[in-house]
Amino acid sequence: MTDSRPVLTMTGISKSFPGVRALHNVDFQLFPGEVHALMGENGAGKSTLIKVLTGVYGIDEGVVTLGDEQVAFSGPMQASAAGVSTVYQEVNLCPNLSVAENIFIGREPRRFGAVRWGEIRRRARQLLTRLDLDIDVTAPVASYSLAVQQMVAIARAIDVQARVLILDEPTSSLDAGEVAQLFRIMRQLRDEGIAILFVTHFLDQVYGIADRITVLRNGTLVGEYPTAELPQLALVEKMIGKELDVLERIEEQPRRELAALEGGTPFVEVSELARKGAVAPFSLTIHAGEVVGLAGLLGSGRTEVARLFFGADRSDRGEVSVNGKPTSLRNPVQAIEHGVGFCSENRRAEGIIPDLSVRENMILAMQAARGWLRPIPRRRQDELVAQYIKALSIRPANPDLPVRNLSGGNQQKVLLARWLITEPRLLILDEPTRGIDIGAKAEIQKLVVQLSDGGMAVLFISAELEEVLRLSHKVAVMRDREMVAQLDNDDTVDADRVMQTIASGATREEVTQ
Amino acid sequence: MTDAKNRYQAVLSHRLFWPVAVLVVLLAANTVYRPGFLSIEVNNGHLYGTPIDILRLSAPLILVALGMTLVISTGGIDLSVGSICAISGAIACLHISQAADQNNMVTVFTALAMALGVALALGAWNGILVSVIGIQPIIATLILMVAGRGIAQLVTEGQIITINSGPYRAIGLGHFLTLPLAIFIALGAALLVAGLTRRTALGMIIESVGGNREASRLAGIRSARMVFLVYVVSAVCAAIAGFMMTANVSSADGNNAGLWVELDAILAVVIGGTSLAGGRFYLGGTILGALIIQTLTTTVYAMNISPQTALLFKAVVVIAVCLIQAPAFRAKLSRRRRGTPTPSTPSAPRQKEEVSA
Repeated sequence: MTDSRPVLTMTGISKSFPGVRALHNVDFQLFPGEVHALMGENGAGKSTLIKVLTGVYGIDEGVVTLGDEQVAFSGPMQASAAGVSTVYQEVNLCPNLSVAENIFIGREPRRFGAVRWGEIRRRARQLLTRLDLDIDVTAPVASYSLAVQQMVAIARAIDVQARVLILDEPTSSLDAGEVAQLFRIMRQLRDEGIAILFVTHFLDQVYGIADRITVLRNGTLVGEYPTAELPQLALVEKMIGKELDVLERIEEQPRRELAALEGGTPFVEVSELARKGAVAPFSLTIHAGEVVGLAGLLGSGRTEVARLFFGADRSDRGEVSVNGKPTSLRNPVQAIEHGVGFCSENRRAEGIIPDLSVRENMILAMQAARGWLRPIPRRRQDELVAQYIKALSIRPANPDLPVRNLSGGNQQKVLLARWLITEPRLLILDEPTRGIDIGAKAEIQKLVVQLSDGGMAVLFISAELEEVLRLSHKVAVMRDREMVAQLDNDDTVDADRVMQTIASGATREEVTQ
Repeated sequence: MTDAKNRYQAVLSHRLFWPVAVLVVLLAANTVYRPGFLSIEVNNGHLYGTPIDILRLSAPLILVALGMTLVISTGGIDLSVGSICAISGAIACLHISQAADQNNMVTVFTALAMALGVALALGAWNGILVSVIGIQPIIATLILMVAGRGIAQLVTEGQIITINSGPYRAIGLGHFLTLPLAIFIALGAALLVAGLTRRTALGMIIESVGGNREASRLAGIRSARMVFLVYVVSAVCAAIAGFMMTANVSSADGNNAGLWVELDAILAVVIGGTSLAGGRFYLGGTILGALIIQTLTTTVYAMNISPQTALLFKAVVVIAVCLIQAPAFRAKLSRRRRGTPTPSTPSAPRQKEEVSA
């Protein structure tokens, strides 16, 4: 820990949006050469604090000091010119531009007014080498995986002579190896004297890299602590504001026997279903009341399987039967008629309708199923929406707010509510807990258990093995766009076993049985 | 007192406040220039006067703009409405001109039905290009914007078709309950569209498709079908507008009927507060926008502004209207006036109190 003066100080910061008080009198300071974790639940104000700092939003009250000067940035460009660079939660690159163009966009090196393309490519290559990333800098960004795009965004941020680097949930789409790579870079930058503000929901990562932790809750400052002096449990309590043992309670609940579930009638059965270029032929049976987990690495074909079950993509071979009757799932409308619901992992592009209100977003799927000629009566809408806002503790509890004003976790809950309102028989949840905080995560996990107890089938996808194992009765393992195993989730199955399966691609016989 | 202030704030921040304010200012300016501007007199059982003229003349624009509002709400645009006006007017006039008795009601209604049928087909063409084939709306409708003038020319064989049909003329110039019939037609269409979209779930579904098409599809909405539908509605609205335009002059001119009406319609939609990016739409705002544009046109004539500068004058007013409506611009303006970099408008702290209370 350095005892020098802070490079960045924020004092008494307040910020309100129509209907929401996002920040109230928050103090924050950042020292050179430290990694400082900013922690809090969804809607605690983490993203708002960052956006206020970088000038995306104006400040209602409070003072920001960078070095010795008081600053009020008018936007991210000005902030990064002053040495405060940000990598946002959702990758903010132009997908159609090349890697090199993305890194230098807005600050291209010029000679006599003309852009020096050679120079751009050379410096981009240099930067990426520093990040251990060997890719073609002239290829469009969209041709690379989300993880690589994230690294490109970081490269863009550190190229500016940054004094403060803000990483807003940079790891939510990275796998373990990529996270390790990112941490190596972060340590390197920290040792160069850059102050790093790090936002994440992964507790292990915080304890792996952060020097100090600042905790926010409901837009107010809870406190600032050296990482070494704050045990994990204490941190979680400070974030939640109450003792949290929901996660433990899920463990304690006796899980119903898989055998009993398999004895019932299957709700949906697919055999040799496939889509060229997306996923190799696979067979899977989901029973009423059963939670089937899909495990596998990023890009292993988990989402592709889910999309076939919902008809979001068309399968080009294989058979489907629902309730024992042969049918097909050619489009979402058909899948919804069969009682299937689907929460996409990509909630911004495929989930919320940002302009519409929370209420409208919630009733959308039900309304679509009824057809436009039969509007849901307003009183019924209000009942349903109030019920789910309460049940899922959506904040702020204002059904008429545009959904874009809500935090990521609350948007996720709105999407969940959209499907729960339709009372589906099979709910497909693709990464429902990604990028949301531990409290909301526990609530969603608890909900999955409740729903399956009530007889709903759930197809649960998550990058976190522990979560998949905690909830599922059966785990299907994906590897390289192929379903390599289906494991009954009994005492013999643990994270190690699943990881071995992913690594080895073995136990083929269990798939075909 | 706080109550009154709050109400004042609520009025100021209402979506339709600025369009209404602009319209009032325009009318007031006209009245100052020409005191008799707002006077209405009864003649022969009909009401006459400039305000009535403005309403009557804005009827076709209102119709076109209603359809345009729905199209824009889905994130699209329909440039072909002017051509569709010309085609439908030409077809109706052609059929009537060939009839033995031009005043026969059956003839007139057959003509209208034929023209509406063609408009349906043209709307379906646009809809298929955009929703099924996936061509960008501005390009897809540009095809018919250009080709449509040619079709209208073919229908009229390059001539201006003049007719002498009482019932047809009534669409543009007739009266009903002392007011021009065109006003009732536009009002009826507006009520019909409003009822269809706001009394059912259609409006929300269109807004949802415009807000996020893929997310809407995954919520079970047949997005493509909705997009197709709005282009058909737009074409039908344009066709009715085309009847009015040709009925006004009892002749069909393939070249000039409905010329540039698409631009006025887009402008009316934007003035009304609907975003060109799609999403939320405001029919009331669109109607106000159409009235503003027609008032502006009337003002140009009334004030004897020379034709050379008339378009420029219109443009300047339109820019002012759009700027004054933009919250970002108003914020910048008030900030500059105060001369402080951080705005601390009196409304901001009060809003905060409401939230914390």
